[in-house]
Amino acid sequence: MDVLFLSRLQFAAATMFHFLFVPLTLGLSILVAVMETKYVRTGDEVYLKMTKFWGKLFLINFAVGIVTGITLEFQFGTNWSRYSAFVGDVFGSLLAIEATAAFFLESTLIGVWIFGWKRLSRKAHATVMWFVAGASNLSALWILIANSWMQHPVGYVVRNGRAELNDFAAVVFQSWALLEFSHVVSAAFILSAFFVMGISAYHLLRKQHVEFFTKSFRIALVFGLVFSIFEVVEGHLHGAEVAEKQPAKLAAMESRWDTTTHAPKYLFAIPDEKNERNAIEILPIPGALSLLATHSLSGEVKGLKDFPRDERPPVLINYAAFNTMVALGFYFALVTIIGWFKRNRLADSPGYLKLMLFSIPLPYLAIELGWVLAEVGRQPWIVYGVMRTSDAVSPIATVQVFTTFVAFILVYGLLGAVGYYLIFKNARRGPVTA
Amino acid sequence: MVLQNVWFFLWGLLWAVYFLTDGFDLGLGTLLPFIAKTEEEKRIVYNAMGPLWDGNEVWLLTAGGVTFAAFPLVYAVMFSSLYSALMLILFALIVRGVSFEFRGKVDSPGWKRIWDTTLFLGSLLPAILFGAAFANIFRGIPIDQQGVYHGTLFTLLNPYGLLGGVLFLLLFLVHGAIWLAVRSEGVIHERAGAAARKLWPVLLVVAVVFLIATKFATNLYANYLAHPTLFAVILLTVAALLGTRVFLAKEQYWKAWFSSAVTIVGATFFGVIGLFPNMFPSSLNPAYSLTAHNASSSPLTLKIMLIVVLMFVPVVLIYQIWAYHLFKGKVTEEDLAYEEAY
Repeated sequence: MDVLFLSRLQFAAATMFHFLFVPLTLGLSILVAVMETKYVRTGDEVYLKMTKFWGKLFLINFAVGIVTGITLEFQFGTNWSRYSAFVGDVFGSLLAIEATAAFFLESTLIGVWIFGWKRLSRKAHATVMWFVAGASNLSALWILIANSWMQHPVGYVVRNGRAELNDFAAVVFQSWALLEFSHVVSAAFILSAFFVMGISAYHLLRKQHVEFFTKSFRIALVFGLVFSIFEVVEGHLHGAEVAEKQPAKLAAMESRWDTTTHAPKYLFAIPDEKNERNAIEILPIPGALSLLATHSLSGEVKGLKDFPRDERPPVLINYAAFNTMVALGFYFALVTIIGWFKRNRLADSPGYLKLMLFSIPLPYLAIELGWVLAEVGRQPWIVYGVMRTSDAVSPIATVQVFTTFVAFILVYGLLGAVGYYLIFKNARRGPVTA
Repeated sequence: MVLQNVWFFLWGLLWAVYFLTDGFDLGLGTLLPFIAKTEEEKRIVYNAMGPLWDGNEVWLLTAGGVTFAAFPLVYAVMFSSLYSALMLILFALIVRGVSFEFRGKVDSPGWKRIWDTTLFLGSLLPAILFGAAFANIFRGIPIDQQGVYHGTLFTLLNPYGLLGGVLFLLLFLVHGAIWLAVRSEGVIHERAGAAARKLWPVLLVVAVVFLIATKFATNLYANYLAHPTLFAVILLTVAALLGTRVFLAKEQYWKAWFSSAVTIVGATFFGVIGLFPNMFPSSLNPAYSLTAHNASSSPLTLKIMLIVVLMFVPVVLIYQIWAYHLFKGKVTEEDLAYEEAY
């Protein structure tokens, strides 16, 4: 194990762990703001109770998300110093803007929200939550613009041995960033909706706090339905963009070896990387891949053999991550559509409620797989086509990284265990009846 | 050149504001086991910083982010050289951050003791390590021409580095004790005021020793000797430190807190001015040092970032001051009765 491998493992562990918590922050902040607004508008106490109950789960989750995010900003410097020196002119400014323009607002106002119940008017208090929600999502926007630049670098020139910014607007407004942001944020909203629906289903199955959890479920259902359907369409556009701008990633995630027109989509394949072919491929849909990737049945789809071996991402992991994610995406749309037809008789649909309870982890899986695809699919590049991951790592001692990697696993393991224990405990207890 | 110099001082200012804001809650977290005896007193300590610590910590992210954006080479070399120290700080801040949220969620003394301990260690370690890191930067770091660090974590634990750590810790302890006095009443208020008064002479002695040691361990005074008017910064800092004691004696805690805040900003700028234009000096060869002039971003990025900072930081200050204003009063029983309170 060398510094490069350990640094990659450590960064993967740290980001993937961080991203167990971030999506719920992005979506649940909005749902809590909706609940509190309903309380302010109607004066109905049940909405106040909802705000407090879901707010409490939100805050536990938020705390872990925040503390694990702080380390990430510094890991570019600690473990990827050559990357940082090379891209800081472009990439560093995006992170700095995220902190000043968004993260500050989120972190300052969350304290005001927690402690401000009696110090602010009801309306002002609800407004604070909207600001927290807005700032969290704005924060995500800047981070995803930064990641988009690694995926599809634009608006820079290589000068003085580094990437220097020459068109800020090109970096911020590129279509990749817009698509990636919509994709990740929708996924976060779906995850949050399934979280609320799943916990509500648990209580509805036990026939406790029926009004409370029916209302919660229905708010989340609308949210989940809209974004699940949106995500199916958006995901397709995002995929087409990958086909155009990162053809090697597309070839890997579809496990295509030869460049062809009228490329079929196989519903199941097992890649054999050594022999540059698929060991098994069955259930082809003729021309479907060309149609999806290029919007034309006769479109040309590049195969992996068109890329030198040392510029190919690993195939199996990307293929599996992509296809599982897509299958889950369709599943989310399907079950929220079913939910829509059952919305008026939720309490009498135990089978559906059980399904929703056990579906809580699935969006988590989908979102992590999405990141695996985004990051592993970009390999061997850290900045696509510009800088290799192996050229990006810090000149530090292996033992240092080994030590911190072990520490990350231990500390994050404990943190995750405690965080989810508290979420689980408070979710199961239900709203406090005081 | 001008742009780079402006950025150098903005960089120093962001670190100063970070120490001024997070300083009091790092200090207070360290004081917790000594100053709060009963469960209610502990909760007062937690809730005195409860609404503000998270916003304070973002100044660290901003200081880090701005270093990345404006001085990428400094960001790259500083954080990879100080790898172990920085990672220790980050882990400390992680367990500290969740202590607030986790502590009150299970009603068991053993559980609470765990999170009191993590809050204590998570506050103590960063306070010392930040001081040690900056003192070492004042002294120079063994980096070569490629920015590769030739040392270990223990290289940083030299006497001057440790002295810097102790100085920061004391600054934060006094700052935190005063904050608790501001935000509490009764026995704990008295105890906080007394703690600040007891710690102050120790801080004074360490500060004086540090100023003298700086003469021998570093090259910081060169800038001051070249421009003697700069000594005003040191005088102002010392005056603020003395002022803190005067206000403490009068039990005017808000004034004492502001005075202590000025001391912290002054102490940071004492170092920043002395360093200029160095940002990460090499102890192996001055030619390897990273400076505001050889490690900065392109003029375009510096300009864009300047606009961003001039636009957003005032807004941040407005809503942070609003938040401080909202929570300037004493922590009351009603505050502790909150379901959401820590």
